[in-house]
Amino acid sequence: MDTFFKHTDLNRNEAEQIVSETLNKCDDGELYLENSKSELLVLDDNKIKTTSYNTSLGYGLRAVTGDVTAYSHSNEISKHSLKESSNNLFSTLKSKKGTYNHSISRTNVKLYSDINPIEAKPLKAKIDILKKVDEYLRKKENKVKQVTASFLGRHEEIEILRCGGETFKDIRPLIRFNVSVMVEKNGRKEMGTFGTGGRMSYDDYLKDENWKKICDEALKQAQVNLDSKPAPAGEMKVVLGPGWPGILLHEAIGHGLEGDFNRKKTSAFHNLMNQKVAREDITIVDDGTIANRRGSLTIDDEGTPTSRTVLIENGILKNYIQDRLNARLMNMKSTGNGRRESFEHMPMPRMTNTFMVNGRHTQEEMIKSVDKGIFAVSFGGGQVDITSGKFVFNCTEAYQIENGKITFSVKGATLIGNGPDILTKVSMVGNDMKLDPGIGTCGKNGQTVPVGVGQPSMLIDQIIVGGTKL
Amino acid sequence: MIKDKKFLEKIASNCIDKAKKLGATDCEVIVSNSISETANFRNKNIDESKRSDGIGIEISTYIQKKKSNISSSNINEGNLDSLITRCIEMTKVTPEDEYNSLPDKDLFATKHKDLELYDETSISNEKKIDYLKQAEESAFQDKRITNTEGSSFTQVKDNFVLANSLGFSMGYQSSIYSASCEIIAKSNGSMERDYEYTQKRFFSDLKPPGTLGNKAAERAIKKLNPKKIKSEKIPIIFEKRVAKSLLDPFADAISASSFARGTSFLKDKLNKNIFSKDINIIDDPLISKALGSQIFDSEGVKSSKVTLVKEGSLENLLLDTYYGKILKMKSNGRSGGTTNLYFENGTKSFKELLNTHTKALYINELIGRGANIITGDYSVGASGMLIENGEFSYPINEITIAGNLSEMFNNITLANDLEFSYVTNSPTLMIEGMVVAGK
Repeated sequence: MDTFFKHTDLNRNEAEQIVSETLNKCDDGELYLENSKSELLVLDDNKIKTTSYNTSLGYGLRAVTGDVTAYSHSNEISKHSLKESSNNLFSTLKSKKGTYNHSISRTNVKLYSDINPIEAKPLKAKIDILKKVDEYLRKKENKVKQVTASFLGRHEEIEILRCGGETFKDIRPLIRFNVSVMVEKNGRKEMGTFGTGGRMSYDDYLKDENWKKICDEALKQAQVNLDSKPAPAGEMKVVLGPGWPGILLHEAIGHGLEGDFNRKKTSAFHNLMNQKVAREDITIVDDGTIANRRGSLTIDDEGTPTSRTVLIENGILKNYIQDRLNARLMNMKSTGNGRRESFEHMPMPRMTNTFMVNGRHTQEEMIKSVDKGIFAVSFGGGQVDITSGKFVFNCTEAYQIENGKITFSVKGATLIGNGPDILTKVSMVGNDMKLDPGIGTCGKNGQTVPVGVGQPSMLIDQIIVGGTKL
Repeated sequence: MIKDKKFLEKIASNCIDKAKKLGATDCEVIVSNSISETANFRNKNIDESKRSDGIGIEISTYIQKKKSNISSSNINEGNLDSLITRCIEMTKVTPEDEYNSLPDKDLFATKHKDLELYDETSISNEKKIDYLKQAEESAFQDKRITNTEGSSFTQVKDNFVLANSLGFSMGYQSSIYSASCEIIAKSNGSMERDYEYTQKRFFSDLKPPGTLGNKAAERAIKKLNPKKIKSEKIPIIFEKRVAKSLLDPFADAISASSFARGTSFLKDKLNKNIFSKDINIIDDPLISKALGSQIFDSEGVKSSKVTLVKEGSLENLLLDTYYGKILKMKSNGRSGGTTNLYFENGTKSFKELLNTHTKALYINELIGRGANIITGDYSVGASGMLIENGEFSYPINEITIAGNLSEMFNNITLANDLEFSYVTNSPTLMIEGMVVAGK
């Protein structure tokens, strides 16, 4: 069935014709069609608070010539609307002439199945699990005073129509399960949060009462925080745990390696290609091809198949993260990282699953080597200023290390560092590489996309810990 | 052209009829249309031009105390019919919640004065680009400005109707014009970025492009060749641009939901002092032309001016219908949060504030979201200037500032330089007793 041309006066041939007429004197561009459905189910405060369903249908027409992009989108797929968009694009680009680049590779690989996770499990069954989550946590520990649990399911059908009638299609399932717990002891309250998800069905993540593990992890974090003491303030050694703390690499390194910031020479990395930016034992990869992962895509939002891109190899900067526009202007190849939040947005270079590969040290070794420092196990969000390279992220589970031993848990504190510097300060890379549980969301220029991160344990010799204890 | 009121009203009333026919006991619909046009400019050339035309519809259906909602960007009648059918089916499966209901009828907005939220002016692409070109040229007058992240001009026109099965149906048009200029300065191997920004309901109220460019350049240059400082306890002065951000965790912590759910560090503080005696905090939705103004909230409840903090004491919460019912309080039209939220002016001048201590830290940029509203713990990344004897001495970078909001709120001193540049606004403010972490 032709989803996009079913209820409209616009047929496929006419759409192809408008696209070809609009783009044939441009360097690049496409019609991006999207039909997405999503659901959000929330349990909070002992009750089902939200049962909500959303559908979104629309197109974005993009024309690129030289370094100028014109974009017009609408949720009305019709002849009139598409022609109006075409005119809009033309008025921006009329004085420019380009040569359309038809070359775009194809893939036969599919990284996830065509399921619709929302329909695959009845609403009642999902509500029942959320209720069980609430009961389980409150029964397990009477310090639990608040439980929030949610399901987010999504089914996205996209089609890319290029000049000359070439089409690229993808169907993208995505789910996420999240649990937050608040505990209280002697008037003190603390929170813990954990989740999981990816491009499979709810049952793939929740079967065999797997949801209990998510609950246990959230509860553990909350309880650890109940006994936490004020975090120290100042520069010190920090051991990062494996998995989700890879968000540090995402913020500190990944964004600075995105093609747009380097083409515009606003990234601190823009003149460091093929130079040493880290110790020899550090290799960092962006890999959009891992089956079923939250950050993975069969093709990106420009139609390019995703790839495994080695960004930093044995300490040497090897590649940037590229979409078609920035790759063309820098005489490079798209790495399949042209992504967008939805048809309402233009694509730009974005990460997929970004991680550091294994080194040879153990976490135990790292902790033993620290006289005074922090062991950070989990983080909340992070942020980076690409130009100055400064990045921050907030610890949500962390411990004090004294004389090679973990002594007590510390309150959430912000860590702040400098992106290009941080890799030169890593003194040990662990052998316990893990990907995050499938919970990452990245924001850039007002667009959010799902991403994955990962890393082995890591010892950083110097980073500022933003606690209150001097 | 933006869709007119009649068009939006008709969709809304059709949806309500359909939902009731299918068994809804109550129903609420919001239909909105927004057209936004953006031009981005970079290095003497247009970089991107973007036009968005979007319709959105949100429908909540109630069957007694059961409630569900759907939303869509597709207003095709067949699609809406199937979505409403789905919404009713979802509602039936959703467990009852005794607090679910539309607002009390007597709280709905009725007639209202014109708040001057809509400007008919339409700025052509050429005019946008001309504005941005002037802004960039002014920024590049200084040799230390070597690059740009780009400048951007956006015009948004918006129309919406909110209707429900109790007979409420109202809506209005609004407009927003905004321009920003983001500039990169370089000197002696140091590269720093900063921006200036202007946003208004009326085009003619925007800052002139020259001012925008100059300000952005001046800010980026001031940040060049920063130093680190030692960890210490030091008075911190927050520039207006970042001072307002302290009102965000405050608003979060006094929302009815945080109180009802027990997740606020201020939970037991209603009618108690949480700030020093000199502090008043106001939320006023009825300021003409202001960015956060509204005639009613997202449930149709009339909004009026509320004093949240009076002489340091927490006097009012931000109440919607649902959480209000749990707390046994009436909605004050804050479903959807605060409107024009601000600290009233203090008594000290900006200069006097700088001169309060021989050494202080002036913070003009914060990075990260480090406020925990359950515990009040606060820790964020920051950069700014060192102040010695009332004078700015040198830029500071890569530090964090930390404290607990309960103590920080008690130690705020406000200057008297409040302006309404953003939705949430604050005069320059000083907090004593926070800890800076540096080298």
